[in-house]
Amino acid sequence: MLAFIIQRLAQSILVMLVVGLISFSLFQFVGDPVNNMVGQEATIEQREALREKLGLNDPIPVRFIKWVGLAVQGDFGLSYRMGMPVADLIAQRLPATLELVALSAVMALAIGVPMGVYTGLHRHAWLSKVFLTVSLIGISIPTFLIGILMILFFGVWLGWLPTFGRRGLVDLGGWETSFLTLEGWSYIIMPAFTLALFQLTLIMRLVRAEMLEVLRTDFIKFARARGLKSRSINFGHALKNTLVPVITIMGLQIGSLLAFSIITETVFQWPGMGLLIIQGIQFVDIPIMSSYLVLIALFFVVINLIVDLLYYAVDPRLRVERTAGGAH
Amino acid sequence: MTAVLDVQGLTVEFPTRRGTLTAVDHISFSIGEGEVLGVVGESGAGKSLTGTAVIGLLEPPGRIAAGEVRLAGKRIDNLAYEELRRIRGREIGMVFQDPLTSLNPLYTVGRQLMETIRTHTDMGEKAARDRAIEMLAEVGIPEPRRRIDQYPHQFSGGMRQRVVIAIALLARPRLIIADEPTTALDVTIQSQILKLMRQQIAEKGASMILITHDLAVVSEMADHITVLYCGKVVERGRTRELIETPAHPYTRGLIDSIPDTAHRHDRLRQIPGSIPDIRNLPTGCNFRDRCPRAQALCAEREPDLARQHATLWAACHFPLKPGETA
Ligand SMILES: Nc1ncnc2c1ncn2[C@@H]1O[C@H](COP(=O)(O)OP(=O)(O)OP(=O)(O)O)[C@@H](O)[C@H]1O
Ligand SMILES: [Mg+2]
Repeated sequence: MLAFIIQRLAQSILVMLVVGLISFSLFQFVGDPVNNMVGQEATIEQREALREKLGLNDPIPVRFIKWVGLAVQGDFGLSYRMGMPVADLIAQRLPATLELVALSAVMALAIGVPMGVYTGLHRHAWLSKVFLTVSLIGISIPTFLIGILMILFFGVWLGWLPTFGRRGLVDLGGWETSFLTLEGWSYIIMPAFTLALFQLTLIMRLVRAEMLEVLRTDFIKFARARGLKSRSINFGHALKNTLVPVITIMGLQIGSLLAFSIITETVFQWPGMGLLIIQGIQFVDIPIMSSYLVLIALFFVVINLIVDLLYYAVDPRLRVERTAGGAH
Repeated sequence: MTAVLDVQGLTVEFPTRRGTLTAVDHISFSIGEGEVLGVVGESGAGKSLTGTAVIGLLEPPGRIAAGEVRLAGKRIDNLAYEELRRIRGREIGMVFQDPLTSLNPLYTVGRQLMETIRTHTDMGEKAARDRAIEMLAEVGIPEPRRRIDQYPHQFSGGMRQRVVIAIALLARPRLIIADEPTTALDVTIQSQILKLMRQQIAEKGASMILITHDLAVVSEMADHITVLYCGKVVERGRTRELIETPAHPYTRGLIDSIPDTAHRHDRLRQIPGSIPDIRNLPTGCNFRDRCPRAQALCAEREPDLARQHATLWAACHFPLKPGETA
């Protein structure tokens, strides 16, 4: 177990270094940032001073090592456009995005899994048909359109929910959360649901397909033959066997939640990382772009690590067989 | 004395788009206390469906269209799901063909044994565990105290089938239905498992239906044999009589195709042709296309099951006399 975690950690660090190298090399591809930062009339001396200050005169390997060293401490330099530390900009925005993505993932699982189980167990029930039809809509309408329709319906026509922004925040030592006030919830619920909808339908369909598959297996037949109760068969035996694929897909999908969050944040003017990176790209703000890249990679690496650990917890066949001496 | 299991006119149908398919057609048999009934037939004969129908686990749209199933005199084919569930695993134990897939890979063997005991009794955690360990020891699993906490993938195929048998026997059922219990195992393991089953059945005084396509296996194990062909009983009788003096040419053919080291045939005699499609059965006798004795009558009228001699019944217009070969 410990060896497994250490091995995975080592792999993760390697991945992060490679991503770091790519992010760092972004700086080399784009023209001299000093030009963008100082006015036309700056003198050569002023430019040189700035170059020296930004550390642009050192040899490249030295700069990479310095860059990694700073990045590890959370220092990604100054934003070219805003002249502020990138770390501060991200720290302002990150909670908004993480809360949005986390709530979406929870919604997708909490609604998608039960719906999948229901439609898998009651294949011919009318409610299953309703779920499946609605899920088709969820899959085929693009996220931004769903967002706009929701704004129109709940925000404009019914007037129940605010249509944009993020308010009702409570400051928890630098982390501003939406989850502690009703107002906060009223702002986050619509963008989170919009973002969740696609994943929700995906998970529902996945769980349904897996349930149908598992219910046909011999061990379910045998579980019935030994008289176990339906609830124990459906949830204890069948559902648990659908977990491995669900964990896999969810792990992958959290990545795409992040990606889609850029669109959702734009539609709902949600002040998260998505808005930051869109503006960063428009202005070729390399420190913002590269740190976003590193952050996303870190996110993926952490998710993958969690997914691996979950596999390990769920499926005994994946555990390293050290205890199985003389098993056969 | 009432039979442990009495099946009369059991019929299993599948409604399909092109009409109803009758996969098991008015099968009757009964099993006395402590007896072993062998059910044999080629693939597709309806053996598994018969076993599944008895414990009420046909997959829809398959259904019991006619017939009665009685367990110790009490009808069980018309019970509600929940009532039948209490009988499954408690009064009727089931063993399936593939030990590799019969157990849930995500739970320890012990958990699967214990949940079965605790579903059917009000035993506590500790007592159930002790009983599970005891049962594993009884079916010949070494070091049961250690093995109980292992997962199915840590057991070999033969050992897994022992676990499955342990689960089937846990609640001391009166009847075990074993559907090809050794087909997936290699030959040496096969005979060990058969021996174990015979011994356990005798010890517990249970009866057994042994379903197999292997006549050699049932002839060693069973007291009575029922031969199925296209969902119908074509011959039945006491094992000895049926093996030594079969009346139905199909049974004769099955016996002749058993590899036999005593009288070495140059080549095994196989029954020519193959089992007809049950969606499209011929008129008259279902076996006539493959039968060396078929005559015009066989195409006209389906033979009924008729008594041949002593305990032997066969459905054939031109049955073999004792000593006669096909
Ligand atoms: N779900 C189903 N739908 C339609 N027909 C079915 C279905 N299940 C079984 N059958 C038919 O019933 C017949 C008997 O099946 P069964 O599984 O009882 O055969 P078997 O004698 O156990 O054969 P095997 O030795 O291959 O296990 C088969 O020919 C098959 O075509
Ligand atoms: Mg079968």
